[in-house]
Amino acid sequence: MEIKNAVAGTLESGDIMVQIAPANSEGIHIDLDSSVAAQFGGQIRKVITETLEGLNVHDVDIKATDKGALDCTIRARVTAAVVRATGKDVWSD
Amino acid sequence: MNSLKDRAAAIAAEAARLGKPVYKEGGSKDTTFRAELEKVSPKVVTLEEAIRKTGLKDGMTISFHHHFRGGDKVINMVVAKLAEMGFKNLTLASSSLAGVHSPLIEYIKQGVITGISTSGMRDALADAISHGLMEKPVEFRSHGGRGSAIMNGDIHIDVAFLGAPSCDPLGNAAGYSRSENAKSICGSLGYAIPDAHYADKVVILTDDLVDYPNTPCAISEHDVDYVVVVDSVGDSSKISAGAIRDSKSPRDILIAQTAAKVIENSGYFRDGFSMQTGTGGASLQVVKYLRQGMIDRGIKASYALGGITAHMVKLHEEGLIGKLIDVQSFDKVAAESLKNDPLGHKEVAAYEYASADEPGSATHYLDIVVLSALEVDVNFNVNVLVGSDGVIRGAIGGHPDTAADSALSVIVCPLLRGRIPCVVDEVTTLITPGNTVDVVVTDFGVAVNPRRPELAEKLKAAGLNVVDIHDLRNRAFGIAGTPEPLKFGNKVVGIVYNREGSVQDVIYNVVD
Repeated sequence: MEIKNAVAGTLESGDIMVQIAPANSEGIHIDLDSSVAAQFGGQIRKVITETLEGLNVHDVDIKATDKGALDCTIRARVTAAVVRATGKDVWSD
Repeated sequence: MNSLKDRAAAIAAEAARLGKPVYKEGGSKDTTFRAELEKVSPKVVTLEEAIRKTGLKDGMTISFHHHFRGGDKVINMVVAKLAEMGFKNLTLASSSLAGVHSPLIEYIKQGVITGISTSGMRDALADAISHGLMEKPVEFRSHGGRGSAIMNGDIHIDVAFLGAPSCDPLGNAAGYSRSENAKSICGSLGYAIPDAHYADKVVILTDDLVDYPNTPCAISEHDVDYVVVVDSVGDSSKISAGAIRDSKSPRDILIAQTAAKVIENSGYFRDGFSMQTGTGGASLQVVKYLRQGMIDRGIKASYALGGITAHMVKLHEEGLIGKLIDVQSFDKVAAESLKNDPLGHKEVAAYEYASADEPGSATHYLDIVVLSALEVDVNFNVNVLVGSDGVIRGAIGGHPDTAADSALSVIVCPLLRGRIPCVVDEVTTLITPGNTVDVVVTDFGVAVNPRRPELAEKLKAAGLNVVDIHDLRNRAFGIAGTPEPLKFGNKVVGIVYNREGSVQDVIYNVVD
C-alpha cells in the first residue's frame, strides 16, 4: 500500500495530531509527544499500533502530538490520517 | 531636707541593688522641624545597606510573602542582590512561590539558596525541584501551618524582606496606598504579618514612600528595622492569574451549580452562616450561584473568609455578607475594598486566619468551605500539590486548615482533566486527610463521605445525584483507561507537614 505524507487531528486539549509518512525502514515507528506520557504513553502507542495494523498498515513513520486524547479519539485520528495517506476510504468499503 | 541632692545616696543604692546605672543629665534636644526629620529617618536605606545592617549571614533563613502572586518582584530582586553580595547556603521561607520565581533555579545551582519552605510552587522551578534540583527537601506547609510554625519556632526567620505598596519612613506598611503616587496594590498583607512580628530583623521594600503616619497599616513600625524604596514591588494586574480565574467553562459552571445546590440543602445554609471559597474556576463560581439562594430564602452570611474575591465583595456590598475576613486579596476589586471599607473588610494575619493552635482563628468558626482538588481518592483524601504525573504543580494554601475546621467541606473537581482521572485509588501526595472532607462534587455526581450519612440523606432527598465514590473512580478509569504507575526515584524532594506540625507525607523525585 502506497503511503503519502498526511495529517489528522489538532493540538487542542483532548485531541491528538497524527502525522503520517512513508517508512524509512520496515515496521511501525512512533515518535510520541504526549502531555500524559507518564501515565498513558504505553496505552497510546498500543492503540496507534493496533489501529494501523487493523487497517493493514505495517510500514510507516508516525509522529503523534497528544494532548490527552481518549482511545476513541486516537483511533479516529489515526484512521483519518491513514485514509488521507492512502487515498483509500475505509469507511465506505 | 528632701531635695534630689539629698536623695542621691539612696538613688545610688537602689540603682546598685537593681543593677541599673544612675541617671546623668546630658545630651541635647533635636530641634529640627519634624517633617524634615522624617526625611532622614535612619530606617530608610538602600537594599544593600539594609542587608548589611540586618547582620544576615550565610546559612540563615530569609522570608517573603506572596501577595502579588504571579506579579511578585521582591523575591527575585532580593535574591539577586544576595547572590551579588556573595551570600551562600540561605533558606528561603516564602508564604508561597509562583511561576515568576523560576530565576531561583540558577541561585539554587549556585548554592545561594539551599533550603526552601513554602506553601507551593509551579512551572519551571517546581519541575526542576521535582527532578531533584535540591539536596535538601523542600518543606511544604499550609498557610495556617506556616503561621503556627513561625509562632512556635519551627520556622525561625532571621531576616524578612516584605514588599508593601505603601510605607512611611518609620516602617508603617500597608498592602495599598492612599497617596497620589501609588504604584501597586495587593490588598491584605495577611501572610506577611507573622514574618513582620516574629522575624529577628524586618526589611520593608516599598514603591511608595508616604508621609508619616501611614494609617491604617498592616505592619507596624514597631516590627520594622529598615525601609527600602524600590521602583516596583509587584505587578498588581498579575494577582488574579495562575490558580485564580473566572471560568466560562460549561463544565466548571455545572460543577459550581451542583455545589451550590449541595450547600443549599446541607442544613448549614442558614441565616448567620459563614463561608469560604478556594482557588480554581468552579470553586470561585459557587458564590455567584449561592447569591440567588440567599436572596430567595432571605438569609445572610455572617462573614466570608479567605481568599476574598470580587464576587464576595459584591455580596458584601449588597448586604448579603456581614463582614469580609481577608488574609489574601484574590483580585484588585478585593484589594480596593480592603482599602476603602476598613469597618466591613478585616485584614487578618495567617495565624488569625487558620492556625490550629490559635483558638480564635477564623477557620474555627467557618461553616462552609468550597475547595478544588487535583485528585481525590476513594477514601476522600485530597491532593492539591503534586500533579498526577508526579511533578509539583500547585500549593497547599489553606486547604487542609479549612477542611479540618469547617462544619462542611465541599471539594469540587471534574471527573477527568483531559485524560487524567481526578478520582483515583490513592492520591499521589496526601495533603488534606479524608476524615476532614465531607462532600466531593464532580460533573458525574456527588459523593458524600460515609462519615456523614445524614448529609447523604439530605442531598438525596433534595434530588441530587448522590453516588458512591468508588463508582466515580470506576467511571473515570472506564473512560480514560487505567494509568500506568508513576516512575519515582528514591530521593525525597519534598516534605509535607500536617497543619499541626507532624510529617504527613514525602514527595519523591520523578524519573522521566
